[in-house]
Amino acid sequence: MRRGSRSRQRLGALALCGLPLLGFPILGLAQGEWLGWPAGFVYLFAVWAGLIGLAAWIAEGRGR
Amino acid sequence: MLSGFVVALVTMAYFGLLFAVARWGDARADAGRSIITANVYSLSLAVYCTSWTFFGSVGRATSGGLSFLTIYLGPTLMLMCVGVVIKMIRIAKAQRITSIADFIAARYGKSQQLAGLVTVIAVIGIVPYIALQLKAVAAGLDMVFGQSEHSVRLLGMDSTLLVAGVLALFTILFGTRHLDATERHEGMVAAIAVESVVKLLAFLAVGVFVTYGIYDGFGDLFSRVAGHPEFARLLDPDSARSGNWMALLVLSGFAILFLPRQFQIIVVENVDESHLKRAVWLFPLYLLLINLFVLPLALAGLIHFPAGTTDPDSFVLSLPLAHGADALVLFAFIGGLSAATGMVIVETIALSTMICNDLAMPLLLRSTWLKRRKAADLSGVLIAIRRTAIVGILLLGYVYFRAAGEAYALVGIGLISFAAVAQFAPAMFGGMYWKQGTRAGALAGLLAGFSVWAYTLLLPSFARSGWMDGSFVEVGLFGIGWLKAQALFGLAGLDEISHCLWWSLLANLGAYVAVSLATTPDAVELAQAERFVDVFRQTERLPGAHLWRGKASLDEVVELLKRFLGPARAQQQLIHYARLRGLDDWRRLPPDAAFVHFAESELAAAIGSASARLIVANATREEDLGLDEVLDILDEASQVRAYSRELETKQRALEAATGELRAANERLRELDRMKDDFISTVTHELRTPLTSIRAFSELLYDDPRLALAERQRFLGIIVGETERLTRLINQILDLAKMESGRAEWTTSEVDVGAVVRDAMETLGQLFRDKGVRLDAEIAESLPPVQADRDRLMQVVVNLLSNAVKFVAADSGVVRVAVGEADGALRVTVADNGPGLTPAECSQVFEKFRQGGNTMTDKPQGTGLGLPISRQIVEYFGGKLWVESAPTAGATFIFTVPLPAPEA
Amino acid sequence: MKKILIVDDEPNIVISLEFLMKKEGFEVAVAADGDEALSRAAAFSPDLILLDVMMPKKSGFEVCEALRADPAQAALKIVMLTAKGRDTEVARGLAIGADAYVTKPFSTKDLVVRVKELLGLA
Repeated sequence: MRRGSRSRQRLGALALCGLPLLGFPILGLAQGEWLGWPAGFVYLFAVWAGLIGLAAWIAEGRGR
Repeated sequence: MLSGFVVALVTMAYFGLLFAVARWGDARADAGRSIITANVYSLSLAVYCTSWTFFGSVGRATSGGLSFLTIYLGPTLMLMCVGVVIKMIRIAKAQRITSIADFIAARYGKSQQLAGLVTVIAVIGIVPYIALQLKAVAAGLDMVFGQSEHSVRLLGMDSTLLVAGVLALFTILFGTRHLDATERHEGMVAAIAVESVVKLLAFLAVGVFVTYGIYDGFGDLFSRVAGHPEFARLLDPDSARSGNWMALLVLSGFAILFLPRQFQIIVVENVDESHLKRAVWLFPLYLLLINLFVLPLALAGLIHFPAGTTDPDSFVLSLPLAHGADALVLFAFIGGLSAATGMVIVETIALSTMICNDLAMPLLLRSTWLKRRKAADLSGVLIAIRRTAIVGILLLGYVYFRAAGEAYALVGIGLISFAAVAQFAPAMFGGMYWKQGTRAGALAGLLAGFSVWAYTLLLPSFARSGWMDGSFVEVGLFGIGWLKAQALFGLAGLDEISHCLWWSLLANLGAYVAVSLATTPDAVELAQAERFVDVFRQTERLPGAHLWRGKASLDEVVELLKRFLGPARAQQQLIHYARLRGLDDWRRLPPDAAFVHFAESELAAAIGSASARLIVANATREEDLGLDEVLDILDEASQVRAYSRELETKQRALEAATGELRAANERLRELDRMKDDFISTVTHELRTPLTSIRAFSELLYDDPRLALAERQRFLGIIVGETERLTRLINQILDLAKMESGRAEWTTSEVDVGAVVRDAMETLGQLFRDKGVRLDAEIAESLPPVQADRDRLMQVVVNLLSNAVKFVAADSGVVRVAVGEADGALRVTVADNGPGLTPAECSQVFEKFRQGGNTMTDKPQGTGLGLPISRQIVEYFGGKLWVESAPTAGATFIFTVPLPAPEA
Repeated sequence: MKKILIVDDEPNIVISLEFLMKKEGFEVAVAADGDEALSRAAAFSPDLILLDVMMPKKSGFEVCEALRADPAQAALKIVMLTAKGRDTEVARGLAIGADAYVTKPFSTKDLVVRVKELLGLA
């Protein structure tokens, strides 16, 4: 129970960090091209995938 | 070109497969071996991705660039707030919640108006979304057959109506086969999960085919765009539209929880909270994958088709079609169909449950028709209502499609629905975290938000399609500029969705908070607020702690269960419940509050909490009214009952307080009387020696020629009485100190045997003078006790001097014994005096009550010795009592507990 | 010679009253409780009785009532003696027919004066 609620809090914190990362004005920094690919596209999918990875790491047996 | 026969065959086969999965899932659920695992649950959440995602995302990407992603980023973030979701699930399970309308209504005092309002908002809000699915599938169908729009006809119906009909049939078969429609639909969830896999694979197949088959990967597509400067803007996040971006994040975040189908899947169909641990990342991963190829497909379509020749919403089909990949087209069509049917099935099941429980039931409960069918099983009626509702909803969707659908792209229509369900957010979140939120507040907030939504979004969509006059959009209602439907108070520059969201949420939240703070909740609301907000604190709900009080008959309640659940299911639940309470036969269940609670929650699972509460409350009244009479009384009845219960509770509390006051007053008066008596007695006891002293002093004073012997005798009396007076005063003070707890005690280890020997020595002369024999029997090596030596000495001396006082001179015998018994030292002082009657045995311990009736000895006693002794003994945790009978002598016994052995 | 019966359960008070009354020239008898008081009163037929209120067996009030109910004792003067000085008790004593009510501790001189008054010797 205690562990459960702690990972709940970690996930909530992740959501709070995700909101500014996935919105303006930070999103506005991803302009132009990165290594030949559109920066906005790369940035959004990279942050999104990062969040998903972290969420999986927190939710599924971190340190189990 | 695909033949109609092949398409029909594959479609039918696919539907058959889904149906088989659903049957299998239901069978496994009935057998108690659920197939709903964390993965199945996570995949079923992807019912979020409808044909709007499947076809519409690409269309939106062609105009809005990356902003289509917001619709999937919002849910990703919202789902990570696992605490919120778990709280919803926990509450829903505790309250047997069947829908989002039920959830909101239950929170605000199981209110029927609120349930009805939420249902109306949900139906009106969702109908455009259903229309969207119909439009997408119909368009796909036309595309696959390579025919012009809506020209597939069968029995005079256009393709859209045809699709609606098939979907209605399919939904009815899926969702309402039996009244377990009330409980979970595990088979349906399993089928939805399968559909989710199919639509993802289909979309990825198209994406890979186009990106890597037609073009040379992402890099190739992105570099080709460089040659089309008009498309380049689609690749950069547009800061100018940041307000819209945030609005869409918020909107989609709300939608993932509050769309009726999402609430159904996430909350109602959840079998295990721990499944969320998987869903929190697997579902976002699904969303990411299904969006990966959206932008490449959009770019490919824009590059491939000359501008304006092909609807971007159909690129998913038209791109493979243009390259002759027929099998892929069919797969893509099946994927799109999956997306649409999944959404329609779950959404209409959720909506039909709401319509049945929260709109139809209240009407039905009032109608005369129900009364005539008094004894009938109503579970069939419930299923019929739900089936009718499903057909009705799909028909409405078709009508909306006809009225407004043509004017909008897919995404536009979907967002209208998102904005509608976002109106539930204040009442939902407030209900889960804010106890002060009231029913009136929720009603006001929902009405305000819904009105703004309708004025700024729904009606303009009608106006745009020429269905009604659009002047309120163009120049404002009544020509008032700041009432322009999509630029309220001059707020221009936003897209219509963001504009609607900010204004409607402001109105909604403002009204909810303001009205909530201005109104007081009734007892039921308060209780429900407590249960919702503090759901984590109630590990188990106490069934007894209900706002239910009244008389119920087992038969009547069982009758209700049979009517609404069907006899078989009712019986099954009753047997299960009886077993929980340790009974073999449910017929012997006591019709108590716990049983009524059980019945109410079973009914709530079938017909919603508001209707269930009403029925149960009415069927279990104290008066023996029949169901039909009682149903008329309805909402007012439950209100009035709540108030009268509150009143009753208060009155009982008041009566209890009055009783306590009366008792306290009585006690005080008694104490006052005792004090009065005590003072009067003390006065008497003090005056008596004083009388002798004064009388003899005066006699001596008045007669100086008194004989010397006489003089000596009188002076002796005066001295004796003075001593008696002194002793009396000391003892009274002593007793007063002890009683008020101000006496000083010096506690140390005391050898009781030694104390007794000392006392015997002190009084030895007294015994010898009177010729009384004093025997002692003191056990060897007694353990010491914790006590005040002088005080114990006082007790022993008191007992010994009493004894010697009451035995006959010369023939008297007093026996002292010290021993150990029952973890205490025990001292007995036995005499062979006149003994005491049973009444005297207790009287001797009262103050100023002296035993015996011996004139000669009286001056020695004060009548306080024994009460003081008893106080002392009790202070050390012991007891002092007397065993005696007339002529049999008296034995005074006291104990002093030994210290407890060290553990 | 006038006869006085002294009734009290306190031996020292009895001794002092006996001495006092004998000195004043009365013939004295004593009793230690209510029952004894009644039997002594019948046998000794005193002219005046000094009667304590708080006594074992029968209280002074009871003795007083019994004596007043006895026509043979109609001439008997009754002086109640009490250590309880409450007004209610004084009133009660007088109401049941006591001739005087004296609170303890009393002045020996005053008591003698009252006794003589009542016996018509003053």
